[in-house]
Order: sequence, then C-alpha cells, then structure tokens
Amino acid sequence: MTIRVLLPQHLQSLAGAPREVRVDVPAAAGPPTQRTVLDALEARYPTLRGVVRDHATQRRRPLVRFFACQEDLSHDPPDAPLPEQVTSGAEPFVIIGAIAGG
Amino acid sequence: MSSVRVLVGTKKGAFILTSDGKREKWDVSGPHFAGWEIYHAKGSPVDPNRIYCSQSSGWFGQIIQRSNDGGKTWEQPGTPAGEPTTAPDGSPKAESNKFVYDGVAGTHQWYDGTAHPWEFKRVWHLEPSLSDPDTVYAGVEDAAIFRSTDGGKNWSELSGLRKHGSGPKWQPGAGGMCLHTILLDPSDPRRIFIAISAAGAFRTDDGGETWKPINRGLSSQYIPDPNAEVGHCVHRIALHRSRPKTLFMQKHWDVMRSDDAGENWREVSGNLPSDFGFPIDVHAHEPETVYVVPIKSDSEHYPPEGKLRVYRSRTGGNEWEPLTRGLPQSDCYVNVLRDAMCVDTLDECGIYFGTTGGQVYASTNGGDTWGPIVRDLPSVMSVEVQTLR
Repeated sequence: MTIRVLLPQHLQSLAGAPREVRVDVPAAAGPPTQRTVLDALEARYPTLRGVVRDHATQRRRPLVRFFACQEDLSHDPPDAPLPEQVTSGAEPFVIIGAIAGG
Repeated sequence: MSSVRVLVGTKKGAFILTSDGKREKWDVSGPHFAGWEIYHAKGSPVDPNRIYCSQSSGWFGQIIQRSNDGGKTWEQPGTPAGEPTTAPDGSPKAESNKFVYDGVAGTHQWYDGTAHPWEFKRVWHLEPSLSDPDTVYAGVEDAAIFRSTDGGKNWSELSGLRKHGSGPKWQPGAGGMCLHTILLDPSDPRRIFIAISAAGAFRTDDGGETWKPINRGLSSQYIPDPNAEVGHCVHRIALHRSRPKTLFMQKHWDVMRSDDAGENWREVSGNLPSDFGFPIDVHAHEPETVYVVPIKSDSEHYPPEGKLRVYRSRTGGNEWEPLTRGLPQSDCYVNVLRDAMCVDTLDECGIYFGTTGGQVYASTNGGDTWGPIVRDLPSVMSVEVQTLR
C-alpha cells in the first residue's frame, strides 16, 4: 500500500528528498499505522532514522508532530490504523516540526 | 605555502573561513547545514581533509556529518540510501547518529536534587584521534563519552566514565549536563582528560576503560561541600602538547592550573578583572602563555565594563595583561562560549575566538592586535582552526 508522506524542509535536506515522498507499506503488515509508515520511510531514507523517532525508545521526538486530514495524530498510539483517506492516498501523512521558539 | 582553515559552528549553521598564511584576506563559505545548531566541528590532525561535524536540532535531534575533502562536501557516515538498514541476521546496521548508552542508563541528579534518567540529547564536542582519521571521540549531553573507530558510522560508549561510581551524583549546569571537553594526551595514547558541567574533570590512563575524578584543589561555593570530589562546574581545560601534564582550567569561577595531570589544582586567577569565563587556551609555541576571556559573572554573561578583552598570561597564570587593540572597548555585551577559542600553529601563533554576537576575531601576533575576520554570523558556538602546510 502506497502512503504519501510530506516532509518538513530540514528532513528534505537530510534525506535528499522532495517535499512529498511515497512509501510502500507491505500489505502483510496489516492496516498502515504510524509505526509501519515510519518504518517504511526510514528504510527508504536511512538518514531519517533517529530524527523523527528516538533511536532507543522509538517514540516520536517531542517537537515532531504528525498531522493528517486536518487532525493532529501525534498522540495516537503508534500502532493505531491511519485514517482511510491516508491509506487510500487521498490525503498525505504530514510530518512537521512543532512551533517552538524563534 | 601555509594556509589556515577556521571551522565555525553557529546557532544556525556552519561556516568555513580560509586564508593563506598571512591571514589578512578571508574567504567565507556557508552556511553549511543551514538552520541547524552546530555545536562543534573539528578536523583530523592526521588527515586535515577529514572533518567531523556535530549538527543538531531541538526538533530532529542529532546528526553526525563527515567531510573527506576539507568541508567542500559532506556525508552522514551511516548506511547509504538505497541499502538495507538491517544486516542479513536482522540486526540494525550502522547509524551515525545513534548514541545509545551502554547497559542500563541509570539516573543522575536533576536540578531539584531528584533522580533523573540519563537521556541522550546532543553531541557537544568531537575530538578526532591524534593517530587515526577514522577514530573520533564524542562528548555528549547527558554526560558521557563515545568513540567511533569507523569514521563515525558506529558509536560505542566508554561507559567506565559514567559508571565509575559518582555518576548518580552528577547534575546539570544551566546549559545542561554536558561533556564538553576532551583532551587527548599526545605523549600517551591511553590517557584522556575530559570535563563535564557540572561534575568536574576526569582522567583515564587505560584508553577509556576506567576513569577517576581529578578535582582536588577545586573549590566551588555553589555546591554544599565546596571541596567535594565531584560537582564542580568546569568550563574548559587546555594543555600544551609539549607539556601534557600541565593543565589549565577555566572553571565556573576561578582559573586553575595543575602540573601533575590533574591530581592537584591551584588557583592562578591572579589579577583578572573577573575569574568567571568559558574558554581557555595555550599559545602554540609558548607553553606558559595562556589566554582567557573574562566574563562579568555567572548571571551576567558579558565582558566586565562592556569591554571585550582577552587576557594573556606569559607566566602560566597569576599575572595577566589585557589585550584590547582591535577589540570593542565600549558597549560590548557578547559572550564567548567554551569551545569558541583556538590557536593555529603557524610561526606567528594565531589566536581566534567567536562571540555570541556573530563575530570571529583573530590575532596573528599572539594577541597583541586583533581584528574581525567575519562578523554578523549567527551566534557562534565553536571555533576550531586547522593549520595546513
């Protein structure tokens, strides 16, 4: 299943990637989730490992946010299925740096 | 002909300043890694084209960058894009930004005295080996030392430091609990000195297996026992490669000296207008000539009287002279951070320092006169110089 992912500018630079990338989540992994999408993203762009999620805990870094369908999914469980509009490709999964400081 | 390359880390990127041996005209390249905090960049003394750089962000964490061509191009030395990130046996492959503490991380003291888990935040300082361009040490926050022997691909903690016994008593300074200074003894590859804010100085004599505090003689009024074995907020240590047992220290307050590899320290603040400050360094050819930048106080991080003055001692401390020519002598309220001073090794020793106001000043005559070699950069966090022959 192909998921559209939007990257913030700094991660585009790190990955050498455009703003929107498409990653394939294996159907065998079940309904796409934050975890499986990020696993697929990191497999394609290894330089993003440890940047979105902490290496040791695999938890979302505190100032990284996940948006989709005008909703903040940041606090959803990492294994919760993503919205159908994301899995269908109608909407992207947005990774964004939180507003913090100047 | 000789030339110099100055590596400047700032709050919003890295800059590389180059000049010939006259050090009069400078080319500026950058910002590299624009928008990221560059705590430190330093070149290998064995292969000057090999440069390591610590790139970090409050949002996206730590990145290690490496250059093999003197800073023209950079790479993250982990798994290349397009290659599997796991080995055939399923184990994760190299991650150049993976700093995982060895074993159970444990706790240290938090600001309020409670136990706080060790959490990796960033790399403050990178110290390339004196003999192998692929070996480099990293001083990190929360305080620990890591080593890579494959050019920054994999990092392993030298956990004997954190686990030697006093770790649970360490606590952060205002800037975090950072290991910011790593000095490699040029006469003994097994001896390393490090310093932590706010734990103190430590030394290993066996290549990093075991460590011990070396803080005897330090006195800090801001801890319950001013003469405790650990808890001192050491800001910087420096040595001259010809006398590696003589160490100079800028502490939170006090400028100190040891002549026995840190076993005993004595104060050499002498006539300084303030003995608070961050950087300290030693002249490249005169082991008794030392430089500091006095700062007014721990809460007023700017030069006394608004005059930016480097102080030089030609007597290994105690007797200090202000160096002012070419530096702003009124209304100057910048700071000079601990990793933001360095010296080159040309015959006329060059001294360099960067300010939180974005200037990098240089002297090509041991400090007698100064001038800005670049100004209006983002706030400067670190300055290193490479002497290229």
